[in-house]
Amino acid sequence: METHLDLTTLLDLIFLFVIAIFLGVELISKVPSILHTPLMSGSNAISGITIVGALLSTGLTPGSAFCTMLGVFALIFATINVVGGYLVTDRMLGMFRTKTTSGTAAKEVKSAAGGSK
Amino acid sequence: MNLSIVINVCYIIASVLFITGLKRLSSPTTARGANLLSAIGMLLAIVGTLLSKGLEFQWIIAGLLIGSAIGVFVALKVAMTAMPQMVALLNGSGGLASLLVGWSTYHYHPDATVLTTISTYLAVLIGGVTFTGSVMAWAKLEEKVSGRPILFKGQKIVNSILLLVLLVAGIVYCMDPAHNYPVFLLIVVLSLVLGVMVVIPIGGADMPVVISLLNSYSGMAGAATGFVIINSMLIVAGSLVGASGIILTQIMCKAMNRSLANVLFSGFGSAVSQKGGTAVKGEVKPIKPEDAYLILEAARSVVFVPGYGLAVAQAQHVLRELGELLEKNGTEVRYAIHPVAGRMPGHMNILLAEANVSYDQLMEMDSINPTMETVDVCVVIGANDVVNPAARHDKSSPIYGMPIINADKAKTVFVLKRSMATGFAGIENELFYYDNTRMLFGDAKQTLQALVAEFKSGH
Repeated sequence: METHLDLTTLLDLIFLFVIAIFLGVELISKVPSILHTPLMSGSNAISGITIVGALLSTGLTPGSAFCTMLGVFALIFATINVVGGYLVTDRMLGMFRTKTTSGTAAKEVKSAAGGSK
Repeated sequence: MNLSIVINVCYIIASVLFITGLKRLSSPTTARGANLLSAIGMLLAIVGTLLSKGLEFQWIIAGLLIGSAIGVFVALKVAMTAMPQMVALLNGSGGLASLLVGWSTYHYHPDATVLTTISTYLAVLIGGVTFTGSVMAWAKLEEKVSGRPILFKGQKIVNSILLLVLLVAGIVYCMDPAHNYPVFLLIVVLSLVLGVMVVIPIGGADMPVVISLLNSYSGMAGAATGFVIINSMLIVAGSLVGASGIILTQIMCKAMNRSLANVLFSGFGSAVSQKGGTAVKGEVKPIKPEDAYLILEAARSVVFVPGYGLAVAQAQHVLRELGELLEKNGTEVRYAIHPVAGRMPGHMNILLAEANVSYDQLMEMDSINPTMETVDVCVVIGANDVVNPAARHDKSSPIYGMPIINADKAKTVFVLKRSMATGFAGIENELFYYDNTRMLFGDAKQTLQALVAEFKSGH
């Protein structure tokens, strides 16, 4: 794994970091409170992005069984975070429906919408 | 060389999908598709990473399979009422993953540059705090440990020492990482201890704040890991989550009229704060479901105010049934949701959505309050502090200044409650003693079922 962080690279990364923080703030401040839980669980799933690091420390640490082992555990937990996070969010969001689509009508409308996609 | 271009293009597209996904989460109609977009982004990030040169796949496949199996299992099994705990655990596993990646990287390159070492330190510290903090939050929500704040003498001193040691150990470690492996292990252990220490003094009612804060941490841990392995994908996605978690935390704090520091350090709702607030005098007036039915039957407008008690009693389905019966009877039915009702931001919305309540019947506090005086019956179900009028006028009350749902302004108030015990904040609620308040004692689900039965036999 590449891990030689020098000052120039660091500044590039900090640049990204700062921009992404501002973007995150802008994106979220407009979400209505009805969606706070799915938002939290959805953004929680995104924080599973550490899976990328886990993949690299599992697959790119030849010669060190201990590092690979740490990597595998990291990978398992990150995968739980990603898969569990997205599925749970989907389950929650699937429950939101308006009056016009509530009850039995909801299922028809939903399957129709799913079919048209 | 070409491969790394492909990988980076994958990362760029994944970032765009994450951003679009978060943006489109802001409306109930686009939210589900938005989540799918974000998931595709994640898939792309994973596929891109798998293109890296020299990867050994056998362990990767094993890890992905095991993690996916567990993830699918827990996601499909969890009950909607247990969602706050679930989100806490998922948060924790993300934090733990960041810690382990940091550790693995350090073990592989103990003599990395000082900048990498500082990033590793941060990834391990934040990841560790996120992990044990989330597990503690889970234990509190699951009632494996008491939901009340756990306070002991000298707690602040212990925490200060802990922080100081972590800081000193960090400096020692960063100066000479190659020769300080034991110091690194100490940092790992102390980070885990710190996670426990920061969450135990926080009461159950403040869990929405804690969970969104831990969510933010898990993102920040991911971003720190990105600095360790020099990966822009981790930094972008991690900081998006970090920022969104902070915003959500702020929204929650505002809804309780308290600062984040106050939530984290005050031990709110402990035995100490029970002295606050004026003692309430008067008599409560119980009412039987049969009589309550007559009032509801004659009402033109009814507002339900759900709280954590609704989740505990699993009464959301029978509540929706009652709501539908009322609507058939020509009554206008709305649900007033306080931003911090329940144990997680938006907890009540999820429960009611599960029970098939249409989301245009769910009203936010600010839109329901101006109309409260025209409401015939306001039914408070398992909520307490969020409807306590003392927050408006009693300066000695610990919750003074917190925005509340003005349930007391309705013509009649029904309170469904197990007993006269105080809420999580440990404060008496004068609403229960008001002239227009009637108490329906007992399990919320049974009470609602009794009301539904009355309606059915009345027609």
